[in-house]
Amino acid sequence: MTKDEILALVFAELENVAPGCAPANADPGANLQDELDIDSMDFLNFVIAMHERLNVEIPESDYPKLATLNGIVAYLQNKAQG
Amino acid sequence: MHEFRMPSLGADMETGTLVEWLKNPGDAISRGDIVAVVETEKGAIEIEIFVAGVLNKWLVQEGETVPVGMPLALIAAEGEAPAASPKPAPTPPSDIVTKTPPSSSHTPTPAPTMGLHTETKKPAPPPVAPQSRPVVQSAAGDRIKASPAARAYAREHGIDLAALAPGTPGGAILRADAERGAGVVPAPVTPVAAPVRKSKPGIDFDRMRHAIAAAMTRSKRDIPHYYLSTQISLRRATQWLLDTNGSRKPETRLLMNVLFLKAVAHAAKAYPAFNGFYSKDGFAPAEGVHIGPAIAIRGGGLIAPAIHDCDQKTLDEVMAALRDLVSRVRAGSLRSSEISDPTLTVTALGERGVDAVFGVIYPPQVAIVGFGAPRLFPVAHEDGGLVAETVVSATLAADHRVTDGRLGARFLSEIAEKLQEPEKL
Repeated sequence: MTKDEILALVFAELENVAPGCAPANADPGANLQDELDIDSMDFLNFVIAMHERLNVEIPESDYPKLATLNGIVAYLQNKAQG
Repeated sequence: MHEFRMPSLGADMETGTLVEWLKNPGDAISRGDIVAVVETEKGAIEIEIFVAGVLNKWLVQEGETVPVGMPLALIAAEGEAPAASPKPAPTPPSDIVTKTPPSSSHTPTPAPTMGLHTETKKPAPPPVAPQSRPVVQSAAGDRIKASPAARAYAREHGIDLAALAPGTPGGAILRADAERGAGVVPAPVTPVAAPVRKSKPGIDFDRMRHAIAAAMTRSKRDIPHYYLSTQISLRRATQWLLDTNGSRKPETRLLMNVLFLKAVAHAAKAYPAFNGFYSKDGFAPAEGVHIGPAIAIRGGGLIAPAIHDCDQKTLDEVMAALRDLVSRVRAGSLRSSEISDPTLTVTALGERGVDAVFGVIYPPQVAIVGFGAPRLFPVAHEDGGLVAETVVSATLAADHRVTDGRLGARFLSEIAEKLQEPEKL
């Protein structure tokens, strides 16, 4: 998957778990939860969605790598290729 | 015949708008069924019923706004033969004041009809509806539509409700109207307009803010709060959660907040003086531990609906209940029992990075437990070493009419102890 495809998927699922959170307007380098005003339940639901959509394992110990949009895309791209 | 009434969904709810009937006359009703949807300041709430039987008759039509306590429908209880013809006007409930002869010139309409102002927006009742509401209509002229808060105010101040005009023509007399009647508050220059009914039920943020303001003002006015704070080690809880979630698929993972909720539930069971309701008769501990986790609403406001019998549920069950509540808070489809049943609120603002949160008690509850952000903190051990440990600030705001700081400290300690044995939660 290309970076743009993953980003589109990430945006779509973020919109799903937190309707109206407007991820496209977010600073991709900033803390995602602060930037989009999502809580730990929203984030967990996002992880569940990514796990299902991309069929990648996302252990809880990797959560720190998913702190920003940039981090998420890099992580998922790496995982989806692997 | 059982009267199904407009429930009170919060300390300061005065009226509710029936937006949708989900059961029709003749439908069988089971305990726990959702019978109607009522729009309140907290959004659209699904109203459950706790009797079984057959819905006999609607007394209120969709679109009508009525005060708390007003009968909405008649239910023929199980085993009770449905009435062949509707009973004549039911005995007015004790909290409905009988109007004195219509002599008052203040009465805005000569013959007030229930829900007049909203009926215009719903021109025709659905075809399945009874053609009229003879029971209520025959009594309408004899009853005054007023909220319980307005009645209480009028009683306290010796005001005749019959002499008061509702702020909204045809609407119910609210506390504000009663206060105006007493000369406490001058009449507003522009009368308060009826809240605009949106075609789609949902959360109206202005009304939500109003509801929060009313409840919190009442809390700060009536409840002598005291506050306690303690730092709890989460070393074991964090490790246990990592180990447990490590082998789980994302959809079955637990959140730290679930451990908090469960620890508070256990402690509340052990210290019932923090779990219950304060009424004019004083404090009464609740039978069950129904923890209300504060859930933020995107766009503003929050709701703390009940996780029923939180102390009896497993961590997985509490997680499932929390997930369900969060999704329904966001979707605006809570049930009446979830709104009215919480016996103790838990707020975990740590999500937002603050160290500690000092809560405002949601009346008629008598306590609120707050958790800040779990964070690494240098902890000095007795052998002299410094260790970085995950800790959280837990706070208690409690009602001094019911408990003292001494008992509050023990309650908070109990929560801390429970979090040291996460495998037993």
